[in-house]
Amino acid sequence: MKSESKLEKILNAGHFAVTGECGPPRGADPEAIRKKAKYLKGMVDMVNVTDNQTAVVRMSSWAGCLILIQEGLEPNYQMVCRDRNRLAMQSDILGAYSLGIKNILCLSGDHQRFGDHPGAKNVYDIDSMNLINMVKTMRDEGRFLSGAEITVPPKMFIGAAANPFGDPFEFRVHRLAKKVAAGADFIQTQCIYNMDKFKKWMAQARDMGLTEKVYILAGVTPMKSLGMARYMKNMVPGMDVPDEIIKRLRGVDKKRQADEGIRICVEQIQELREIDGVAGIHLMAIEWEQRVPEIVESAGLLPRPEV
Amino acid sequence: MIVAERKPISEILDMIKDYHRIMLVGCKGCVTVCNAGGEKEVGILAATLKIARKKEGKELEVAERTLERQCDPEYIEQISDIVDDFEAIISMACSVGPQFLSERYPDALVFPGLNTKFMGGALAHGVWAERCQGCGTCIVHLFGGYCPITRCSKSLLNGPCGGSSNGRCEIDKDIDCVWHLIVEKLTRQGKLSNILSVQPPKDWTTSRDGGPRKVVREDLA
Repeated sequence: MKSESKLEKILNAGHFAVTGECGPPRGADPEAIRKKAKYLKGMVDMVNVTDNQTAVVRMSSWAGCLILIQEGLEPNYQMVCRDRNRLAMQSDILGAYSLGIKNILCLSGDHQRFGDHPGAKNVYDIDSMNLINMVKTMRDEGRFLSGAEITVPPKMFIGAAANPFGDPFEFRVHRLAKKVAAGADFIQTQCIYNMDKFKKWMAQARDMGLTEKVYILAGVTPMKSLGMARYMKNMVPGMDVPDEIIKRLRGVDKKRQADEGIRICVEQIQELREIDGVAGIHLMAIEWEQRVPEIVESAGLLPRPEV
Repeated sequence: MIVAERKPISEILDMIKDYHRIMLVGCKGCVTVCNAGGEKEVGILAATLKIARKKEGKELEVAERTLERQCDPEYIEQISDIVDDFEAIISMACSVGPQFLSERYPDALVFPGLNTKFMGGALAHGVWAERCQGCGTCIVHLFGGYCPITRCSKSLLNGPCGGSSNGRCEIDKDIDCVWHLIVEKLTRQGKLSNILSVQPPKDWTTSRDGGPRKVVREDLA
């Protein structure tokens, strides 16, 4: 074991992993997290807590993670390079680990142009690739980026993101390979709707031997409505929503679109499960955590393994 | 070159609202090339300010001077005999100009007439784009001749991020994804291996992050 992570134990034991997501509140109310935690408990193996996602200020990821720990859930601390330099990152990693956070997801972060503080100065001292490698060096070599020794190294399970639908497509698998070389233990992908393209990317990853070196958790997000599907298709950069999804949601009565969205999601999970090299799913039910139990159950992913 | 843009007239008028005798000082360097602060632009601004003040019923006396450069003490010196005749000076150079003028003439009130934008070049007539952030350690040769620090919105050294779409940057469809350009170019050149290994974190000590910078050439100084 590289870390003390529950996710690592589950994946090492050969279980098909299920991870979830929890967006922290735009306020200091811990109950907002506790409420989401109730829906996710027992349904997923680990819960990502987003870090000022879409560059909108929210409760800090590490604080959200601690609340999840209090609720008996295993958190994944998301950290973006947009808001912190290497000093702040390393000290936050030490602090998070000291309080029981054992997983980290290393991200570049959405540009602040999209968020609620577009006038902010961004940092990007290091990028997500360097962040992955920094956490690995801290964990495995017990050294800071500067080379100085760490008294008690943070034994974290290191995650990274991958978007098979970003351009240029042919380079995407190389970028995955770089993340693996940098030290990523697991990958959580962008939401998958274009299954053909995802399968092609997975085939490339297998050909390069990457699925032997890293656990790939396939990202899924249920559509709440036709409006959401259209928004994802047209407005979210790097998102690939094929017309069939839009057509399917358009084909049902507005009141039944949410149920159809859930059905699509369950089918996607079943299809993803059959792909060689997919080690689990990352279920991002955005502000829809209450439907997670239903999705996980319908997909036949319960009960979650005890390790 | 350093690319700059003239400040809005309203802002300049507000800066000089209490003064009646001013001098506009242009620069024959970069800002002449980018049509922001050369002799011609000095003339246009002088006329515009006078007309605007006349409308308010207030007179404005404007002298015009355009120096060879405002980033060299020897040229700054050329207005030493007249600087005291004016209540305010507007420098039409990049931001180096108003600072050098203020340093040389500590009693003068110097205002910037331009907003300094970036180091870049002309893409077409009237169109300029950024190419350099002055990080102090040039590495463009590793990236097919493109600078990811300047041209990637996130300055990624290991791009492209997941937001790259159809060759465009996620923050604006009018911005090229420089990482898309890098991948295309290196693929064409058979040099993709340049970017297949992880580019380590940048040492920013040679950049502004290392504190205000100075270049000393021992052989010249």
